[in-house]
Amino acid sequence: MKQALPGGPPRVAVHNNPKVRSAFYQAVALVLVLACAYAFTVNASANLRAQGFASGFDFLGNTAGFGINQTLIDYSETDTYGRVFVVGLLNTLLVAVIGCVFATILGFIIGIARLSPNWLIARLGGAYVETIRNLPLLFQILFWYLAVLGTMPGPRQSIGLGLQPVLSAIGDGIAAIGLTAIADGFRSLAAWIGPPDIYLNNRGVILPRPLLGDGFEWVAIAFGLAVLLAIGLRVWARQRLDATGRTFPTGWTAFGLIVGLPLAALLALGVPISFEHPQLRGFNFVGGLRLIPELVALLFALVTYTAAYIAEVVRGGILAVPRGQSEAALALGLRRGLTLRLIIVPQALRVIVPPLTNQFLNLTKNSSLAVGIGYPDLFAVFAGTTLNQTHQAIEIIAITMAVYLAISLITSILMNWYNARTNRRFER
Amino acid sequence: METAAMETYVRRELIAPLPPPLATSGMLGFLRQRLFGGVLNIVLTLLSLLLIIIVLPPLVRFLIIDAVWSGSSRTDCLAETLGRPVGACWPFIAAKFRQFMYGFYPEAEQWRVNLTYALGVVLLVPLLIPRVPYKAWNAIAFFGVFPLVAFVLLVGNVLGLPHVETRLWGGMLVTLVITFTGIIGSLPLGVLLALGRASRLPVVRMLSIIFIEFWRGVPLVTVLFFATYMLPLFLPGNWRMDPMLRVLIGVVLFAGAYMAEVVRGGLQAVPRGQYEGATALGLGYWKMMGYVVMPQALKYVIPGIVNSFIALFKDTTLVLIVAIFDLLGQLRAAFADPNWATPVTLFTGFAFAGIIYLVISFAMSRYALYTERRLDTGARR
Repeated sequence: MKQALPGGPPRVAVHNNPKVRSAFYQAVALVLVLACAYAFTVNASANLRAQGFASGFDFLGNTAGFGINQTLIDYSETDTYGRVFVVGLLNTLLVAVIGCVFATILGFIIGIARLSPNWLIARLGGAYVETIRNLPLLFQILFWYLAVLGTMPGPRQSIGLGLQPVLSAIGDGIAAIGLTAIADGFRSLAAWIGPPDIYLNNRGVILPRPLLGDGFEWVAIAFGLAVLLAIGLRVWARQRLDATGRTFPTGWTAFGLIVGLPLAALLALGVPISFEHPQLRGFNFVGGLRLIPELVALLFALVTYTAAYIAEVVRGGILAVPRGQSEAALALGLRRGLTLRLIIVPQALRVIVPPLTNQFLNLTKNSSLAVGIGYPDLFAVFAGTTLNQTHQAIEIIAITMAVYLAISLITSILMNWYNARTNRRFER
Repeated sequence: METAAMETYVRRELIAPLPPPLATSGMLGFLRQRLFGGVLNIVLTLLSLLLIIIVLPPLVRFLIIDAVWSGSSRTDCLAETLGRPVGACWPFIAAKFRQFMYGFYPEAEQWRVNLTYALGVVLLVPLLIPRVPYKAWNAIAFFGVFPLVAFVLLVGNVLGLPHVETRLWGGMLVTLVITFTGIIGSLPLGVLLALGRASRLPVVRMLSIIFIEFWRGVPLVTVLFFATYMLPLFLPGNWRMDPMLRVLIGVVLFAGAYMAEVVRGGLQAVPRGQYEGATALGLGYWKMMGYVVMPQALKYVIPGIVNSFIALFKDTTLVLIVAIFDLLGQLRAAFADPNWATPVTLFTGFAFAGIIYLVISFAMSRYALYTERRLDTGARR
């Protein structure tokens, strides 16, 4: 119950009234920020006039006039700066997507290795994490680029990666002991497999290029259909579980659908896919798909670096599940695999996913270090070369920052949505 | 009933005793449990051993056994001259050592850099040891007085010290200057932003959130480009800004946003009762924050602060992209020297810089762990 004070509300001087004070402080803060913004604008326009550089976004339509050594879409020197922006953005996204996939795989392996009961492998995992996390990323990028890929042999002495070199090396080793018959067996097996398809040299990594024949779109359609079916199956299985309590092997069925349906389509159409194998002609390789050394070095460094952080996230997530959970599950009679799948992984994932997304975001932001070795990502071609040519620092840096900011904001919105959803599910 | 007919079973002799349980302690038990228990475990152990054999001996051979320890030019580090496989070419590091540590800082003035380092160490070491008294005075000396002294010593132009331009600075000096300034500048900025974000004034809170999320959302490289190319445009045309100063401003803004999030964690860890108690005693906002909340909050986040220090130390390498040559930048410049162009130069340089980065960051992360353990035993809930 509220009791009125005798003689009305207490008399307070205006400058001591909390409401007046807070309004005053906020007004001061706002005025300060606006004054700064105003001063910056005035200075910037005066400086630009004095230096005689253009302003505005018209430059995006001008001809760029420089080449880019890796483009995912058609691009030539006569294209515009706007197209340069798109090329750079796609290159950034390429690194981000490939990097996130491999970093997650490697990170999970190392994180689980660190928790292994095997002493040696746990220690090795720990040594990996400590070493990689304590070295600057740019140092690692430069190391892979200059020291490892830069000192690779030329195309004629390429290092072949594949079964054939391994098998023939084993054959040579056995022949050295004197077991000619077995050695010949290995060598003929190597000869039957044929030359390797992946080469490593100072021009990067050369892979076979897949050529899609007629009717391949049906395989893609089959894949899409299988994914839709799998989602539908999951919904149905969940409803049946809720209604009747009977489980359905959703995971295996979905796996079978997603692999089997496209495979069936592929076989039915007579395998409309072939590979263009790289061939050594003269001093270089002809055909195949070449990954430029900048991309390989950047990916290697980003994947190994981010994997060390992801490993810690995974380890923390698994350790966050109380021991009692797995003990209770085992006491209920669930087998080891089921305990892992139904009890530990879902609870660990709830802890792992938010920081994991954070690491994906870090990887994407760190890919801007590509400028240090000249991989043509958004930052290198746009904030680097385009800025040098047009001198429109404000517009270009603002656009570049906006792109990275948009990526972060979209990710954090998705993350908040995911968190709200999982928390609701666990509170139920 | 057949019970009466059933004979009672009575064992007449002892059962053979069970074998003793497998040892789970001691050397043998350790081997059995942690290395060779089960097929999978054995396979993993063998694979790990294989990995160690592949990596470790060549590394030791390269760094120590096959390394060249004395010489004066590239010919001393060539396999043809020595007639054996060559490991690390340490004379290359010796020849470039001054450049790696000081950049092109004039040789006659190097004592100033060394004196600054010595002062820093003398002030920092007692600050890091919890048992040493006079923490407050020590902190004021290190965070307040030392930067001014270091500035005067390194830049000069007063007290008869010749002026040394920042473009002559380089190597480890730049790495440490940027890391240190980043921390000194980002701490107050971070505290202010964290208070702003926790404030009850909506405008102040909104501005703080925008500021923090903006700098945290963009990569450091873009921040450095912003500071180098965009910042000069925002200032009156007659202001000339030193390139190093621009980079420092960028680093402070960037690190400040991250520091704000670290401090915010500390603010949230302070129990509500502390705020309420301070208010009940009649303390105003600044007194409550200054005397009651902040001292506790900052104590909680010492490990977090050390971790951002490590991150900043590693991120300093990025300044080479805006043409300021820190340790890594000097290393890259040294690779271009034809006098030392050998097949092992690159690996030697990376090994040297790698060991420096590794030792410093590792030591700092151990210190963070140590403080974390020390604080964990206290009143934390």
